[in-house]
Amino acid sequence: MTENVIKVGMADLKHTSHPGRLITLGLGSCVGIALYDTKTKMIGLAHIMLPWSYQAKNSSNKAKFADTGIRLLLDNMLESGANKNSIVAKLAGGAQMFSFSNVSDMIRVGERNVEATKKILQELNIPVIAEDTGGKHGRTIEFFSEDGRLMIKTIGYGVTYI
Amino acid sequence: MDASYLNSFHLDILKEIGNIGAGNAATALAKMLDKKVDMEVPQIKIMGFSEVSEVLGGAETPVAGILLGICGDISGYILFVLEENAAQKLVNILMGRNPAEEVEYDEITLSALKEIGNILTGSYLSALSTLTGLLIKPDVPDIAIDMAGAILSVPAIEFGRTTDTVLYIETEFIEGENRVIGDFFLVPDIDSYMKLINALGAAY
Repeated sequence: MTENVIKVGMADLKHTSHPGRLITLGLGSCVGIALYDTKTKMIGLAHIMLPWSYQAKNSSNKAKFADTGIRLLLDNMLESGANKNSIVAKLAGGAQMFSFSNVSDMIRVGERNVEATKKILQELNIPVIAEDTGGKHGRTIEFFSEDGRLMIKTIGYGVTYI
Repeated sequence: MDASYLNSFHLDILKEIGNIGAGNAATALAKMLDKKVDMEVPQIKIMGFSEVSEVLGGAETPVAGILLGICGDISGYILFVLEENAAQKLVNILMGRNPAEEVEYDEITLSALKEIGNILTGSYLSALSTLTGLLIKPDVPDIAIDMAGAILSVPAIEFGRTTDTVLYIETEFIEGENRVIGDFFLVPDIDSYMKLINALGAAY
């Protein structure tokens, strides 16, 4: 079988069956939520921008928010045959690219994205088994269905796998 | 209010705003470098979030981004993005070093880049202020050297709170043989766009 390589944009979510690879480029304050079904090896990736849909004036794009995005990704995966009980999560992103002293709400968006993401995953009983979040740097991530490993590329902080 | 309400007349006005602001900044940059700096016709980019990371030669391109908040009669951000090589060259020229010298991003280099951003965005915004009669002031700058996608996502997230599209007024700077060295992104929030258009005498 040929491997499906799918790019996930900002405020976007995708999933694929094994063998597949999901990529999202240049995560800043956004958070990449990688869901892995350890039984079927199905993978899903959401690239969310903001924490809560109810705090926004326009919430039509569900993939934009942690709360609606994670739920939608999970639903899509379950519909395609994933098994809820064997899904685990890995997180990357949520950095603070700029450190302003006077734009209070904006500076913490990365941190709040991570908080919201963890809260939703907890509500859904999906364990977070690894994360590379926070800091001040951008990340590109690649998610492999083969073993659920998540590659994280940075500028100046090298390449790591979680 | 959504960017889709803007008609071609509005877009022309926004282009003119980019033209005048960036023109002033290009002059300031040319003075700093003692070189001729040209600029492209400004582009108004209205795009979905998925396209944002593709601006500036790809999401993973290393760039120096200097971001300033805008306050006064309008609010939003102004982002000056320099190709990493250009950023190094600029700092070297300003420090009186060989332009090709490898630069370490220490405290002094970063504050020199911030100052460059400060001067250029200051001249951009003061031209805009004179043109519109609105009070437009820059806030304290901050700098990040990182992936273009990660840096551009910062203003995009602000748009994300209210719309599903991002509106950038982008002006490219060119030095010598068509070498793009920098990009200006004026990102007022959506209400401020209307204030700018109104101030220039157009009804919407």
